[in-house]
Amino acid sequence: MFAFLTRRLLVAIPTLFVIIALAFFLMRAAPGSPFDLERPIPPEIKARIAAKFHLDKPVMVQFGYYLKDLAHGDFGPSMKYKDKTVRDIIAEGFPVSAALGLSAMLLAVLIGSVLGSFAALRQNRAADYAVMGLAMTGISIPPFVTGPVLSLVFGLYLGLLPTAGLDRGHITLSHMVLPVITLALPYIAIISRLMRASMIETLRANYIRTAFAKGLPEHIVIFRHVLRAAVLPLVSYLGPATAALLTGSIVVEKIFALPGIGRQFVMGALQRDYTVVMGVVILYAALIISFNLIADLLYGVLDPKVRYD
Amino acid sequence: MTKSAQYTREREEALMEKAAVKGRSLWDDAKARLMRNRAAVASAIVLSLITLLAIAGPWVWPHSYDHVFKDHVGIPPTLHGWFIFGTDSQGRDLFVRLLYGLRVSLAVGVIATMVSLLIGVIWGATAGYVGGRVDELMMRFVDTLYAMPFIFFVIILMVVFKDLTTGRPALNILLIFVAIGAVEWLTMARIVRGQTIALKRKEFIEAAEAAGVRPFTIIRRHIVPNVLGPVVVYVTLTIPSVILAESFLSFLGLGVQEPLTSLGKLIANGAQDMETMPWTLLFPALAMMVTLFCFNFIGDGLRDAIDPKDR
Repeated sequence: MFAFLTRRLLVAIPTLFVIIALAFFLMRAAPGSPFDLERPIPPEIKARIAAKFHLDKPVMVQFGYYLKDLAHGDFGPSMKYKDKTVRDIIAEGFPVSAALGLSAMLLAVLIGSVLGSFAALRQNRAADYAVMGLAMTGISIPPFVTGPVLSLVFGLYLGLLPTAGLDRGHITLSHMVLPVITLALPYIAIISRLMRASMIETLRANYIRTAFAKGLPEHIVIFRHVLRAAVLPLVSYLGPATAALLTGSIVVEKIFALPGIGRQFVMGALQRDYTVVMGVVILYAALIISFNLIADLLYGVLDPKVRYD
Repeated sequence: MTKSAQYTREREEALMEKAAVKGRSLWDDAKARLMRNRAAVASAIVLSLITLLAIAGPWVWPHSYDHVFKDHVGIPPTLHGWFIFGTDSQGRDLFVRLLYGLRVSLAVGVIATMVSLLIGVIWGATAGYVGGRVDELMMRFVDTLYAMPFIFFVIILMVVFKDLTTGRPALNILLIFVAIGAVEWLTMARIVRGQTIALKRKEFIEAAEAAGVRPFTIIRRHIVPNVLGPVVVYVTLTIPSVILAESFLSFLGLGVQEPLTSLGKLIANGAQDMETMPWTLLFPALAMMVTLFCFNFIGDGLRDAIDPKDR
């Protein structure tokens, strides 16, 4: 177990390095620079600014400087906001995105697994078809359709919930309801399909038949034996899914005008704010790697057949 | 030749012919199972109609997709003047724009998927067949790319080359193909590699080898048809996810550029005008839903047909 963890963490370092290098050189390959403003500034001043950020040096040297700062845990200053570092921007935006993503994930896992198990226990009956029909709908309607429609119906027509604009400092629950639902819907659908399939497979297993044959009541068989095995594919799905959910929040942040990190990233990329883009990419890559690792470890805890060697 | 021998031969031939007629390959079985799946068949029909409409519709429709009707800005659906889906906030016919959007989205979906199929199958089959060090290295590379925040890289790519492509829609669409196709091939490579490795050890491959069948023939006759099943299923499920990815980009303003359009772009525009002109959101959203529905149903149906044990 310890050796497994060490090896995975060691593999993560070159992975992160490749991702950082790719993002860095891609961004620098973009035409334009963060200091191309609508109002032109004198070339001397521009040169001095460029020198301050090492932008006058060859790209390889810039990369060296960047890695050096990074090794000290310094993501650098934003090149667009005068008084903010990348760390400030992440500290402002990430809690919003994380709250959004994690609530959506929690909701999706809860509802999805319940719906999926329910459908599996009533396989090929009306309830099963209803749940699977709903799931297919959930998969086929993207968040950028559900988002506007939900805000139109609940915000404008019914006037029940605020549709946009999370006031900074006043993060209220009601602001998060529609974004979280919008983000969670496709994942509810995917998770319920996954859960149904794995539950049906488990129900056919010999040891489950044995448990029933021995006369154990249904709820004990299901809660003690079936669910434990059926939840495994779900666990291995959760790693990549959480990552997808975090990135998926870019659209939801745009629809509901939430000051999250996805919006900062798109703005940063458009304005060539190199350091902000790099900071967000590194943050997300690290998150994805950790979530995958956590999912693998959890898998081992749940499935005694898995050995870390 | 005696009469009875002749009779036997005729009988045998008749039997063989009958057997030939009745003989069912794995694919025939799969086809039969697919045809019994009503949702999949209906989806295939609807999807063909949509595709036909998207391709041929703009040629015969009286309005062009970029013509601005100054006297008909933002009118709701009406039969009068052939504005059956109304017009958008700039006075362009929404129906023909929707057909164009479908064209672009379907083309992006199919072509980007083909790009990913090509890279994925070659990469996965090579890794699986060669094995050893090469396999280790190739799959480690795939693992690395998996840890990438994919959509972030597509966004960076689109932003990087945006200035290059303004005013050149063909180049812009090509970039979208490449950007999406280049990141979608990872799963394909994994599937093909896994299948290839599993097949390499199967008895019927061993039997073929023992019988002296040449390696190329083994790959063509035994490996490819068996790898094809999961690949076909994955392809049908990749197309909708690519369409979604393109729409996602267009929604953020990074996809296809005006006056060209795609489903995502139409939805984005509709979402802006939905308070006063709800039809500009409704029709593109419905078109998107129906298209994705069809692809997903066909994909599900194919999976059940080809690999019935997962049903």
